[in-house]
Amino acid sequence: MSDKFDVVVIGSGPAGYVAAIRAAQLGLKTACIEKWKNTEGQGVNGGTCLNVGCIPSKALLDSSFKYHEAKEELGIHGISTKGVAMDIPAMLKRKNSIINQLTGGIAGLFKANGVTALYGTGKLLAGKKVELTDNDGAVTVIDADNVILASGSLPIAIPVAQLDGDLIVDSTGALEIGEVPKRLGVIGAGVIGLELGSVWNRLGSEVVLLEAMEDFLAIMDKGIAKESKKIFTKQGLDIRLGARVTGTEIKGKEVEVTYKAADGSEHKQTFDKLIVCVGRRAFTDGLLADDSGVQLDERGTVFVDDQCATNAPGVYAIGDLVRGPMLAHKGSEEGVMVAENIAGHKAQMNYDIVPNVIYTHPEVASVGQTEEQIKAAGEPYNVGTFPFSASGRAMAANDTQGMVKIIAHADTDRILGCHIVGPSAADLVQQVAIAMEFGSSAEDLGMTVFGHPTLSETVHEAALAVNGAAIHIPNRKRRK
Amino acid sequence: MAIEIKAPTYPESVQEGTLATWHKNVGDSVSRDELLVDIETDKVVLEVVAPANGVLAEVLKAEGETVESNEIIARIEEGAAAAPGAATPAAKQEEVDIQVAESLVNPAAKKLADERDIDLSQVSGTGKGGRITKEDVVNFVPPATAPAAAPAVAAVADAEFEVGERVERRVAMSRMRTRIAERLLDVTHTTASLTTFNEVDMSALMGLRRQYQDEFTKTHNGTRLGFMGFFVKAAVEALKRFPLVNASIDGTDIVYHGYQDIGVAVSTDRGLVVPVLRNAENMSIATVENSISSYAGKARDGKLTIDEMTGGTFTITNGGVYGSLLSTPIINPPQSAILGMHTIQQRPVAVNGQVEIRPMMYLAMSYDHRLIDGKEAVQFLVTIKQLIEDPAKILLEI
Repeated sequence: MSDKFDVVVIGSGPAGYVAAIRAAQLGLKTACIEKWKNTEGQGVNGGTCLNVGCIPSKALLDSSFKYHEAKEELGIHGISTKGVAMDIPAMLKRKNSIINQLTGGIAGLFKANGVTALYGTGKLLAGKKVELTDNDGAVTVIDADNVILASGSLPIAIPVAQLDGDLIVDSTGALEIGEVPKRLGVIGAGVIGLELGSVWNRLGSEVVLLEAMEDFLAIMDKGIAKESKKIFTKQGLDIRLGARVTGTEIKGKEVEVTYKAADGSEHKQTFDKLIVCVGRRAFTDGLLADDSGVQLDERGTVFVDDQCATNAPGVYAIGDLVRGPMLAHKGSEEGVMVAENIAGHKAQMNYDIVPNVIYTHPEVASVGQTEEQIKAAGEPYNVGTFPFSASGRAMAANDTQGMVKIIAHADTDRILGCHIVGPSAADLVQQVAIAMEFGSSAEDLGMTVFGHPTLSETVHEAALAVNGAAIHIPNRKRRK
Repeated sequence: MAIEIKAPTYPESVQEGTLATWHKNVGDSVSRDELLVDIETDKVVLEVVAPANGVLAEVLKAEGETVESNEIIARIEEGAAAAPGAATPAAKQEEVDIQVAESLVNPAAKKLADERDIDLSQVSGTGKGGRITKEDVVNFVPPATAPAAAPAVAAVADAEFEVGERVERRVAMSRMRTRIAERLLDVTHTTASLTTFNEVDMSALMGLRRQYQDEFTKTHNGTRLGFMGFFVKAAVEALKRFPLVNASIDGTDIVYHGYQDIGVAVSTDRGLVVPVLRNAENMSIATVENSISSYAGKARDGKLTIDEMTGGTFTITNGGVYGSLLSTPIINPPQSAILGMHTIQQRPVAVNGQVEIRPMMYLAMSYDHRLIDGKEAVQFLVTIKQLIEDPAKILLEI
């Protein structure tokens, strides 16, 4: 049996399923192959994001935050709480049901849009053929006019801390921990480490994060990274920078971690659970036949051009497989771009305005360039900041940590970047991202009417502050 | 500075013309080589183009009026560039685009433009969808100091030029022009085209015409006696004597046509067209003259049908109406030869040992050497010459 499709997508994570749906919307005969199986052995869509990534982690973050709030943060409102307890299995059950709902939703969207959902492993052969090995082992070859590779990424494994699925886990395992570990070690204080660390910290763990880099959140704006570290440290996260793990040893029901500190001294620390989250790598194992024509670069990502086309004609790659930030929405938009281009549109993607978010509380979010990047480029700039402690709405919500920072070009006033740590940072940054898409200046945002009292006003004030016109904080004296 | 626009010098065979169509109105800007007006003569429509950039200032002859050779018909004011609001489609498009652009201005950009007295229609927008951002206004340099400040949407294709600028104008070829270009290029690639020349003393023919013009016109309901009738009949006679010239190559076959369909080249404002006189061997001179005149009219109105323009076994073209002394006409495929007529020029020639001033016309015949050898071509042309110089020979078929 050989089927012919206009588009075959390998992978149904946020990049793949969005590409498949868009392609089908544009009238292309589309199939989407997914190899992920749930615990019952059934093929499910959604990839890492839905099954073991974005969604489950957010579910746990919200559940744990509510627990923390109920336990610690309601007294000030006059509410007394006693006997607040966390039923971990129930929390996990809720997480799982959300996952089921969403993955089922994708299957439903496929049906509604006429995407042929195939379950099994897809492998790209030469000549735009895809070999499908289904979950029963049967092999078929599918003919495609276009192939979109969207097989995503896997957590990077480090030899010094090999997973055993029990005491040493990766991010996937971290989402299934059944009881609160007393002492939790996290190797890697990046986005995933901070989020997972936050979850268990709120639920009562002592959390130590071991970060090999000397700088905290090195790729983020330094001012915001500094502010964030202060906040997280106050929350109880023990963040150790410049700490390189050199070995782990399982000792009964504990794991002992050996690491070198920034000053070269060696340390040992024992944990009840160790999460390894040092980054992710593009997942190309078994994806490409030797003669597929697709090239990988030295880091193992699939090499593509600005329109996500690989070296092989008619073959595209999107999402975590290719260059750029490993963000679900970046993959999704690449999927849309590729589907539209296949359908004959002239779609492009704006990689300069891609928001990124850390879903701790307070959230950390940013879009555009950091102050360091602008400075390194030699561009003159102005900065406007506004603390949530000066926001009436934040005060009313008793959520006043953090600040908004907006950077604009000194000569043209064009907004170059926005960085926020604070409540709803993700949604606030999105507002600025939209403004940046239209070439807004800081003054444009300043001239926009913002509702009061909202958290959004912090964005308004920060924008005004860029040009020394903030109302609700004294303006910094300009150096010029 | 005013330039006089005159009707072209009509060849001797053309007495007068009629002003057919004005393509520009008073006040319109014109650019060099742009078509101004059509003047219709017996044979063909003459095009008059603008000699320089400027504005059509004065029109002295209206459509339908008689125009003599070299008569002044209009005046152009040289150099005056069109006002920006000129009613050319491109300028109109620009206006619309500018209006649209003004509504796509970021708030701070508008504020700054107001403060700095900047005309937003002069600012090019770099924001999404052409929006003018504050950055664009900040970076804006007024045109006085930087001539490169482009309008929001530049419609360059039909822009008017200042005299003296070394600029270019890019216009897409019309379908007809593209087709003509293709065919002519094809012909030069697929035929072994040569040209043989001769000259003909037109005095006998001109005498004949002078003598019988009035009677001819009266008898044949207003049809005027020109030269084409004679040339067509002469060609028909010569083609009968040299059937190879009337033949065409089809693959590896020679196709001899048992009829003479003579194409007569007519110039229109869209290009050259060649309507065909079918079975010209059966046409009287009056019929030929009538047909040509009617074809010319249809061609001018763009009403020639494809049928009227296809086929033909031989073509006659007359560059003489434009003043051409000598030329190498290009063969009209799939025909094998073409006769070119030229201007009649009073020249001293030797006649019976004496120098006399005679009205001479150079004749050129381009032929496909794959089929026709030099000897035949030359003799064919000599035959034409002899028939024209002694028209009785046409009648007597000698």
